[in-house]
Amino acid sequence: MAYKIVASQCTNCTACEALCPNLAISEAKGTFVIDPALCTECIGHFETPQCVAICPVDDTCVLDASQPRYQAA
Amino acid sequence: MTDTLFTQAMDHGTGPDDLAADGVVDISDVMQKMAEHKGCGTEGGSGKASCGSSAGPADMAPEIWEKVKNHPCYSEEAHHHYARMHVAVAPACNIQCNYCNRKYDCANESRPGVVSERLTPEQASKKVLAVASTIPQMTVLGIAGPGDPLANPAKTFETFRLISEVAPDIKLCLSTNGLALPDWVDEIAKYKVDHVTITINMVDPEIGQHIYPWIFWENKRLQGYEAAKILTERQMLGLEMLTERGILAKINSVMIPGINDKHLVEVNKAVKSRGAFLHNIMPLISAPEHGTVFGLNGQRGPTAQELKALQDECEGDMNMMRHCRQCRADAVGLLGEDRSAEFTTEKIMAMEVEYDAEGRKAYQQAVESERQAKVAAKASELDGLEKAGDIALLVAVATKGHGIINEHFGHAKEFQIYELTAKGAKFVGHRRVDLYCQGGYGEEDALDTVITAINDCHAVFVAKIGGCPKADLQAAGIEPVDQYAHEFIEQSALVWFKDYLAKIESGEIVHQQRGDAAIRQGALLSQAG
Ligand code: SF4
Ligand code: SF4
Ligand code: SF4
Repeated sequence: MAYKIVASQCTNCTACEALCPNLAISEAKGTFVIDPALCTECIGHFETPQCVAICPVDDTCVLDASQPRYQAA
Repeated sequence: MTDTLFTQAMDHGTGPDDLAADGVVDISDVMQKMAEHKGCGTEGGSGKASCGSSAGPADMAPEIWEKVKNHPCYSEEAHHHYARMHVAVAPACNIQCNYCNRKYDCANESRPGVVSERLTPEQASKKVLAVASTIPQMTVLGIAGPGDPLANPAKTFETFRLISEVAPDIKLCLSTNGLALPDWVDEIAKYKVDHVTITINMVDPEIGQHIYPWIFWENKRLQGYEAAKILTERQMLGLEMLTERGILAKINSVMIPGINDKHLVEVNKAVKSRGAFLHNIMPLISAPEHGTVFGLNGQRGPTAQELKALQDECEGDMNMMRHCRQCRADAVGLLGEDRSAEFTTEKIMAMEVEYDAEGRKAYQQAVESERQAKVAAKASELDGLEKAGDIALLVAVATKGHGIINEHFGHAKEFQIYELTAKGAKFVGHRRVDLYCQGGYGEEDALDTVITAINDCHAVFVAKIGGCPKADLQAAGIEPVDQYAHEFIEQSALVWFKDYLAKIESGEIVHQQRGDAAIRQGALLSQAG
């Protein structure tokens, strides 16, 4: 599954946007959102999901249970 | 962010090249010249006077004096007349500090709880030019919190580029936590950034791990000792690289009682030996409502006396900057005087901005003459102070700026604190009281709070004061002084001090020490009014 951002906790700090290797994160209506079609959970790029590692608010970038886990090709 | 602003090497008598050569600077001489470029003036209690040591702009390299004389962050005189401005273009951060809740602004730079507007580099540069054209005092532009400017390098350097193209006379500065600094020193040099402030709270990772829960390093989140070790190594390397290139480096430290308070003396030595020219120790501002780790776990900030004792201890080694305030990152106008409302993004984007370089120059020349008059006035009052012996006392001053006693007691949002000793009057800090003067509380409570904030002072100088507060102040042992309304601060304080000393001599009064004072904590609430 892809990651998602809990909008109510996001501080709009922009940090995750610049770090995503897949450009999956963008600003939308006062918060930041992850495009599940683009998010690869950072697999193949980094050991840890970059958005999770940089986010200043714990449990804000979380796995989206409504999406299947990402399968590396 | 790490500010740095509250962010800001220098050498005295010689040029930046010499600085690079030995890395050691006699800071006290430099600052003495900065503060007293017309000669011996206010050297304060803790010694290091360069009176008599031919301190004067004559033996300071002109290019260095130029760098600092109009600098509201450096010169104790200039900060009355000039202003800086900060723009928030860089909200991302690459570390976490226990005194920061990034839902709000950087705790280092701002009042926690006040969210600044995030601007694009284009908006930011337009805002800066609009403000600079309206307020000729605006001579310094800083990029600081919330966030770390060097964790957002593209936005930071684009903003600098846009501003330096139109207004090369505006000094650029930035504040950083230092983690990314070594990677960007050459870029900083390219944009002629005037000074860099690094927030350094420790040089020992054992201590650092209690201040920084994590850092983001090489695409991973690191914690504990390992994280703090990398951070301190990067901060020291970054500082050394700035010094090598002759870029002024100021250090900010947050004093956290029980965690790094004693250790900051070590930090002071470490940064001095690497060429930092100023060290600014700020009190931790901590309250549960800020939502920071320290706020929530009950970590207290220092009292005014604890802060001053540490600053005095470090001053023997290096000049301390005491006129630094934890003001808002995007405050506009003279330091402390918040004119942000006039310059909202909406209003700015609708403005036709024409950069008024000529008008700014004329204003700044007028200020320069005023400032020199003030220094001369102060120097004239130094005779006869020997009587003070070991007596050192503090006085509070209500002022709106320009180095003049020109604020009504009841309207003062803050008081400037001066230390009076046999060596003269020395500015040692600010006490904010604005929180207490706004809505909700009765007059009485407000007055109590002001008294608590300046309880370590013997007198308070004001332009005007009502009968009731006058009586209450007297009852609290603080003498309200209003006969020097609209006169120069230092000069008036010294006249009063000599009078005080004469009364002791005649036996009319007995000199007594005053107690401690509280540093204002509940910044968040001040927005409620
Ligand atoms: S997990 Fe990685 S790929 Fe997915 S949004 Fe976060 S940074 Fe991008
Ligand atoms: S890093 Fe976290 S707080 Fe910052 S924009 Fe991304 S989701 Fe929001
Ligand atoms: S966490 Fe970042 S933004 Fe906050 S004070 Fe520390 S360096 Fe500044």
